[in-house]
This record gives sequence, structure tokens and C-alpha cells, in this order.
Amino acid sequence: MGTLPRSFARPASSPPRRPPADARGVRAFAQAHLFQSPLAGLFTFLLGAVVIVALWHILRWSVVDAVWYAPDNGAACRTATGACWAVIVEKYRVILFGAYPYDQQWRGGLIVAIWLAWGAVSATRLLGVGTRLTGWALVFAASILLLGGGVAGLERVGTDLWGGLPLTFIIFGGTIAGGLPLAILLAIGRRSELPVVRLLCVATIEGVRGIPLLALLFFAALILPLFLPPQLTVDKLIRAEIGMIIFFAAYAAEVVRGGLQAMPEGQDEAAKALGLGYWLRMRKIILPQALAIVVPALFNDIIRAFKNTTFFSILGLFDVLGATKAALQDPNWVRYGTEGYLFVFLLYFIICSAMSLYGGSIERDNQRRVRRAT
Amino acid sequence: MSRISPTRVAPAVPPWRNPRVQAIVWQALLVLALLALAVWLVTNARQALDERGMTSGLGFLFDPAQFAVGEAFFVFKPGSTYLAALAVGLGNTVMLSLVSILTATVLGAALGFARLSRNALIAGLAKAYVEAFRNTPQLVQIVFWYSFFTLLPGPRQSWSILDLAFASNRGLTVPAPENGDVFLLMLGMLALGALLALVFAHLADRHRRRTGRPWRLVRLTELAVLLLPALGAWLACGAPLGWSVPELRGFNYVGGATLAPEFLAIYFGLSFYIAAFIAEIVRGGLVSVDAGQIEAANAIGLSRGDLYRKVMVPQALRVIIPPLAAQYVSLLKNSSLGVAVGYPDLFSISNTALTYSGRTIEVLCIMAAVYLLLSLAIGAAANVVNRFVQIPER
Repeated sequence: MGTLPRSFARPASSPPRRPPADARGVRAFAQAHLFQSPLAGLFTFLLGAVVIVALWHILRWSVVDAVWYAPDNGAACRTATGACWAVIVEKYRVILFGAYPYDQQWRGGLIVAIWLAWGAVSATRLLGVGTRLTGWALVFAASILLLGGGVAGLERVGTDLWGGLPLTFIIFGGTIAGGLPLAILLAIGRRSELPVVRLLCVATIEGVRGIPLLALLFFAALILPLFLPPQLTVDKLIRAEIGMIIFFAAYAAEVVRGGLQAMPEGQDEAAKALGLGYWLRMRKIILPQALAIVVPALFNDIIRAFKNTTFFSILGLFDVLGATKAALQDPNWVRYGTEGYLFVFLLYFIICSAMSLYGGSIERDNQRRVRRAT
Repeated sequence: MSRISPTRVAPAVPPWRNPRVQAIVWQALLVLALLALAVWLVTNARQALDERGMTSGLGFLFDPAQFAVGEAFFVFKPGSTYLAALAVGLGNTVMLSLVSILTATVLGAALGFARLSRNALIAGLAKAYVEAFRNTPQLVQIVFWYSFFTLLPGPRQSWSILDLAFASNRGLTVPAPENGDVFLLMLGMLALGALLALVFAHLADRHRRRTGRPWRLVRLTELAVLLLPALGAWLACGAPLGWSVPELRGFNYVGGATLAPEFLAIYFGLSFYIAAFIAEIVRGGLVSVDAGQIEAANAIGLSRGDLYRKVMVPQALRVIIPPLAAQYVSLLKNSSLGVAVGYPDLFSISNTALTYSGRTIEVLCIMAAVYLLLSLAIGAAANVVNRFVQIPER
């Protein structure tokens, strides 16, 4: 015993410690995240080698050995060892515009340009929300007029000839335009004090969420005409669109309900105290705040709605996927389906990623606003 | 003291301004309107069916169905009843969903952990996977896989994987146990063993908590409980050992088992897509664990494995289970996309059945009801599991 030190405190004479290494720069990053220990370093090295070999193979297939242009029905592709992107060069008009009359395809191109342009303008948030939404409504209406024709000297084109990216955009626009109001109604109804209304909304939401979208689309496409009088024929595109709208609304309704539940009770009570009626309270007090909360979550549903437009290809409509399938029926090009679908994959990836990034930026904005408020 | 004025009697509210009366009237009107709509729709349908000379009813279910169906988990012989056809479809849907859920869960959990890895390369690869598979339509992925497999070279120029498995335009040919039934039985027994082992671990844990002393050889017993049923079944069946390895003879393979391109397309399409979503759910769950918990675990010197097993995962599960169940439901419902590649699931068999029988309404309603029941079953199962993982707080 007896050897215990008097104090455990650090003696005054201990040498000063070195400052921590600069945590910035490539070397510091590599040390902290790739080569923490010899074992981790070896692992990183091996994994990196595998990744590089894989990337090299992909690069060789997709760029170095690829054929970009192959006249004479793809003769050059037969002997190539790489990808045959010539199939895209040959078929891009069909993939992007479907069976739309060839000399009228500029209309489809114009629609795509308008959508992209307004999307870019909206993303900057220079304009107010009202202006942006009104703009989207106008863009949607203009797209339908432009694609359908029959006005301002444009040749009339039936919906059976609509196809490609313009059709995909219109299906998507219609789903959101019709689905969001329905979703809000369903969400309000689910929280209603009237038992019949509540029951109806719950049954609709849960029933629709329990069955596949494809089943709903088949209901709309095959059964709806049976239940309508024969003189009332509804276009196949519109019938399928009804299925899409109901499906989107059932999912979005749950998101909106989340926003409604997140609203402090006091807001509604204060509005009641002011003597506002039910619909006025909803329109002016509850919904504006509830919807602002749920916009980021709604974006997930909106992106899914965009991805779900591909389901129309199963109904025999020519959205981008359906048009690509049709384009690849050509016996000269049928062997290059992988390249064709990779192109569609990339197209959707770019659009969905852009929407997802935009949704994320709204979420960050929301959080910033909340932090300032508290 | 001021005099209290006599309470004024509120003027009687006229009945049409009474909110309770209003509520009843509005709801009655709504019900009447819906009833009128339903009657109108049904009258139209009756008329339409009569005009086409179609009958309705469920009697057709027992008529023979004269169509062929591709091979999958269950096989349908033309000439069996429509009911049998739908049952085969249901079986295929359930089996396909089960294997896809299993694959998606394992892959998704691995990716979720990988995204939080301290190694930037692993985290980056996992992020790239998630972004690529989440931001593209599932149907495009399914169609892509189908086209990929059907465009592979024929068996004679197939891609060989270690000379054990072969990928060709016939699909993926893999080694398979010679006695498939025994193998399936063993898999079932293994699942039973896993369930028993879970119960045993729960009991052992309770004993340890109560007495402060663990049972002796608890890990070893747990392993035995896990493996014994499968081992017993194997021995009881005469311990068959043979594996049949595929071999190219002439234009096709002999031996092994071949997974058809249709199955591979829908299986990859379902599993890989949902795995990306599960990865995000798992990552979100792990991130949601309070940083103080991790610091505390580090302070008492838990190893990194124990930190995950004992501190992070149990708390993350509370956040993970509900959205995970939603993904399982989504996977089940999207298994209907099998129709796009001709995989004989419930949806595509229903689609064929309604064409052949002409009973569009009946077949679609049965199919929708079955999907609804399956979705509800997953939801109910998730609720039970959820109750187990909830940690009572105070």
C-alpha cells in the first residue's frame, strides 16, 4: 500500500498535446473514411479493385465497343461486342412520341419542352405558389389541346394515336390534378363527425389501398363500360385515368390526413370562436397550414404516380414504356431490347431524381421556416 | 353588489338550423344519392349483360378451364376447374411474394447498414444502388430483366458461373438437391426450428433477468433447437445426400433446376426494387436511435457488434416495422406485374380466366377480394410483431 498518488490530476509538467489533424482535404478524408486501419485499408483496396474492374467492363460495353449508328437495319450491331445504341438513334421518334402522326410530332416535342421549361421555372421558386400552380394548370390544359388538336388550325388526332413522353406527362398531370382534390376530400371526410361520411371515406381509402393498381385499372377499363349506359362511351384513356386518380387519391389522402392531425386543435377552435363555418374554416385556416406541412411527404406519392404511368403499357396504351415495347417489336431490332429498356430506365431515373431533389429542397425549406418560428 | 340579471332564454333554434338535424339530413341525402347511383349502375350492367346474352353467377368456377398456364411453383393442368386455376395463381403469388420478401428484406437490411458504414466506398455503393432502383419504375425494371434474360445466348454459349450455374435464354440453371421434396421439408423444419429457437431465447432471457443467472450452455442449446428439427427430418427420410449439377448435353441441360426468365424477371424486379426502399427504412430507423444511447453503450465498453445487437437494432425496430409492413404489402400487390412478363400469378391467371369465361365482373371481384385479404393479413401480422418490439417506456 502506500504507493497511491495523492492526486489523480494531470501533473502540471505533462507535455502539451498536438492539435488534432486537419479534418479537411483528400488525404484526411481517405484516412478517416477509407483507410482507418490496415485491415480496413486492405478491404477498401480489394473492393475498390472489384469496382474498378466492373466499371471498366461497363464502360467498355457501353462506350468503347458500342455502336452508335448502324444503317441498313443495324448491320453494324450484329458483329459488335458492345452495346447497340443505334437502336435508340433509329427508334427515338417512336419511343418519345409513340404512334403519333410523324409530321405532327413537333406538337409532342413542344409539349415536352413546355413541361421541362415550366418545371425549371418552378424549381427556382422565383414565382409565388399560386402563380406556379396556375401555370401548371395552363401547361396541362395546353398539352391536351396541343396533342388532341382540332383548335387553331391544328389537325385533330385521336387519343388512340397519343403516345410517348407527351402521353406520359398528360397521364401524370391528370392523376395529380384529379387526385389531389379527391385526396383532400377523402382526408377531410375521414375526420368528419358524420359517421356515414367517415365510414364511406375509410372504406374507400382502405379498400383501394388493399388492391393492386393493376386491378383497379382493369376495373376501370373492363367493368366501368358495363355499368354505364351504352350511349355514354368513355374513352379508354379517360377510363384508365379514373383508376389512376382513385389510386393516387387513396394514398395521398392518408398523407393529407397526417397533416390534418398535426394541426394544433387551437387553430380550429379559434376559427370556430370567430364564427367561421365548416368549409370556410377548412379553406382558410386548416388546409393551407396542413398542406404546407405535408408537401414533402406528398412528393413521394407524386413521384410514385409518375412511375406508375408505366402501368398504362399493360393496358395496351403507348406511354414511354408501351411505345418502347412497340418499337422493339421490329424484327431487325428485337435483339437490342436491353439497350432500349436501359434508355427508358435512364429517362425515368433523370426525371424522378430531379423531382426527388426538388421535394428534398422543399423539405429543407420547411424545416428552416419551422426553426425560425420557434 | 350588482344584481344578477335573469338568464335570458335562448330563442328556440329552428330545426333546419339545428346542427344535429342538419347532420342527419345531409347523411340521409348522401345515402339516398349513393343508393340511386348503385341502382342505376346495376340496371345498366343487367341490361348490358342481357344484350350480350351473358349470365352471371359463380357457378362457372366449377366448369373446366381450357387454357394452359406457364410453369411456376404450382402447375395447372388444362381441363381442371376455374377454381383450381385461381388457386394455382394464388399459390404462385404467395410463394413468389414470400421468396421476394425474404430476399428484399435481407438485401435491404444489408444495404441499410452499408449506407451507414464508416467506409465511404461501401456507403457510396449502397447509396448508388438505392438511388438507381428507387428512382425508376418497377415495371421498367421487370421488363428490363425479362428482356435481359430472354436475349442471353442459348445454352451452348451460356454464361457459366464456376461451371455450376448457367445463365442462358432458358433462364438460370442451378444445382438442385436430387430429392426436392425432402429439401423442401427440411426448409420447412428449419423455419420451425427458427421459431422454436426464438421462443427458447425469449424464455432463457426471462430466466436470466429474473434470477440474474443465465442457463448453462444457453447458446449451444439454442443452436440445437434451431437445427434439430431439420436434421431429424433429414435422417428420417434416409439422409439423401445427392445434388444434381446441371450439365450441357446437346442443346439443353441435364440435371439441376432451371429458373425460367419469367420468374427471374418478376423475382428480381420485386426484390431489388423493394430492397432499395427497405434500405432507406432501415437506415432511417438506425439513424433515429438517440445519439446518447450510442455514447452510453460506448462508455460502458460494448463492442460494435453488441452496440448494434443490443442497443441500436431493438430501438430501431420500433421505427422500422410499420413502414416495412407497408413495403411488404406493396410488394405483394405489385407481384400482379407478373402479367407483364407472363408469370402465372393470381392476376395473370385471373386475366386469362376472365377472357375464357366471359365473367369479367365475377373474376375481377374475386381477385380483388383475395388481394385485399392478403394485404389485410400482412397488416395484421405486422401489428402482432409490432406489439412485440415496442419497448414500454415508463
